[in-house]
Amino acid sequence: MSSAKLNRWPSPRWHILVFLAPALSVYTALMVIPLALTLRQSLYNGVDGTLAFVGFENFSKLLFDPTWATSFWNALSNNLVFFVIHMALQNPIGIALAALLANPKLRLARFYRTAIFVPTILSFVVVGFVWKLILSPLWGVAPSMLKAIGLGWLFAPWLGREDSALIALSLISVWQFVGMPMILIYAALLSIPDEVLEAAECDGITGWSQFFKIKLPLILPTIGIASILTFVGNFNAFDLVYVSQGAQAGPNYSTDLLGTFLYRTFFGFQLQLGDTYMGATIASMMFLLILFGVCTYLFFVQRRLQRYQF
Amino acid sequence: MSRSPSILMRTIGAHVALGGYTLIALFPVAVIVINAFKSRAAIFSEPLTPPTAKSFSLIGFETISARGDFVSYFINSATVTGVSLALILSFGAMAAFALSEYRFRGNGLIALYVALGIMIPIRLGTVAILQLMVSAGLVNNLLALILVYTAQGLPLSVFILTEFMRQISADLKDAGRIDGLSEYKIFFMLVLPLVRPALATVAVFTMIPIWNDLWFPLILAPAEQTKTITLGAQVFIGQFVTDWNAVLAALTLAIVPILILYLLFSRQLVRGLTAGAVK
Repeated sequence: MSSAKLNRWPSPRWHILVFLAPALSVYTALMVIPLALTLRQSLYNGVDGTLAFVGFENFSKLLFDPTWATSFWNALSNNLVFFVIHMALQNPIGIALAALLANPKLRLARFYRTAIFVPTILSFVVVGFVWKLILSPLWGVAPSMLKAIGLGWLFAPWLGREDSALIALSLISVWQFVGMPMILIYAALLSIPDEVLEAAECDGITGWSQFFKIKLPLILPTIGIASILTFVGNFNAFDLVYVSQGAQAGPNYSTDLLGTFLYRTFFGFQLQLGDTYMGATIASMMFLLILFGVCTYLFFVQRRLQRYQF
Repeated sequence: MSRSPSILMRTIGAHVALGGYTLIALFPVAVIVINAFKSRAAIFSEPLTPPTAKSFSLIGFETISARGDFVSYFINSATVTGVSLALILSFGAMAAFALSEYRFRGNGLIALYVALGIMIPIRLGTVAILQLMVSAGLVNNLLALILVYTAQGLPLSVFILTEFMRQISADLKDAGRIDGLSEYKIFFMLVLPLVRPALATVAVFTMIPIWNDLWFPLILAPAEQTKTITLGAQVFIGQFVTDWNAVLAALTLAIVPILILYLLFSRQLVRGLTAGAVK
């Protein structure tokens, strides 16, 4: 009420426009419009230098024409495997680490937290190279370490074999990004009010059962956010494969993801020329997949999660 | 008293688990840094031992200072990251202030419009971004990278800062208005100082992907004079893959700046998150 009397906002309120304009114009010009143009371009094709509207022909080529479809389905299924491994390992490990860290009496918690997050801040160039080095049979830190504990027979050039390269890369990526769910869930655990936990203790709920019965339900929304961020990151991944296996996602495309497929298609490689229109089509496909995932999450998961207000 | 041994066991268990994982997290980084300071023979014969007086060598760093242009890559990365960050924080804070402070038509829609960008990767617009930059004559110009990264960082920045600015008491701002401060002065003098911790959180979260990005430097600015340190290190590895000393030294140099920044800001990271950014 008082604000109305004070004539809080002299009209016209130009300052609102001044505050909003820079962010909105940069965001629109470099993110929204390019995305819209890319989607539009996926419906066109260049024939002898002239632009022709072809409807969904590019999409049907991508999905059904063997020259494109083989690579596309290969990249998509690799991407799914990549994502499933992340969901199965990265988030549970992240939750476990966060649960251990959130104990208020634990000493050195800040050191552990900082150290475990370090791989997340490293560039893919560093991560890809160091793991190639460690796993290389040539230099052989991994073989000699395994030998030292009597497991030398276990070693194989995992990154170089078609049947194991994708799994090895997924594990490397899990290693790199485990800090992300850990830090989000750790922050969520810290923000659970003490009264809730004290009430649980009065009822005799302590230790692991306290974690599963009290804390876990309270941090479910954060786990949901961590999962959807993992999904978006995974279906947009490119760098790790590019730096460790090259643009061809070797061996024999066994580590090809949608991101590397997009890069090869758009820019070309070796003897294949770049194809702008098919590149736009693949980007649009990735956009639809990510949008579908995000919407599914918002409508079916996030809405059903109980939101707790303290 | 009967419970104390089990609590002790649990504490030891927690330290073993966390300490074990810390080793897993840091081991590969240690391998790079340790071997960057060793002679070539020692890198191969004993990759896991720290440099000794006998095996210590700076030959790798000498090679890259003679051959690589790491100083200019470093300056490029610092320029791109620094300017983008300044733009993300100032534009983001301004928009967040407008969205959290004023009621106007379309407020909610604009907030949603910007928030969508958190979930949709800017990379998917690359095809059109490149065409845009070509027609604007910005290819191989650091400005292209700065603009793209600013657009990329704004959604999260606006989102986090809006949440924070909602928590600032209205009385404070109204008191300012009674004293005759303009809306701009209220933003700069009252609000901005209060959201400093949130600005630091946003800075950490947006800075790391910008510094480490390989995709846009590869596509928009691959020329020698505009290479960032991440792209530079990647190309360098490709060229010098047999000169392990130089490669390891290059990677060490690529790690150090971001590590220092992270250590400086790491406390802010958790403080910002617990203060309500992600709920």
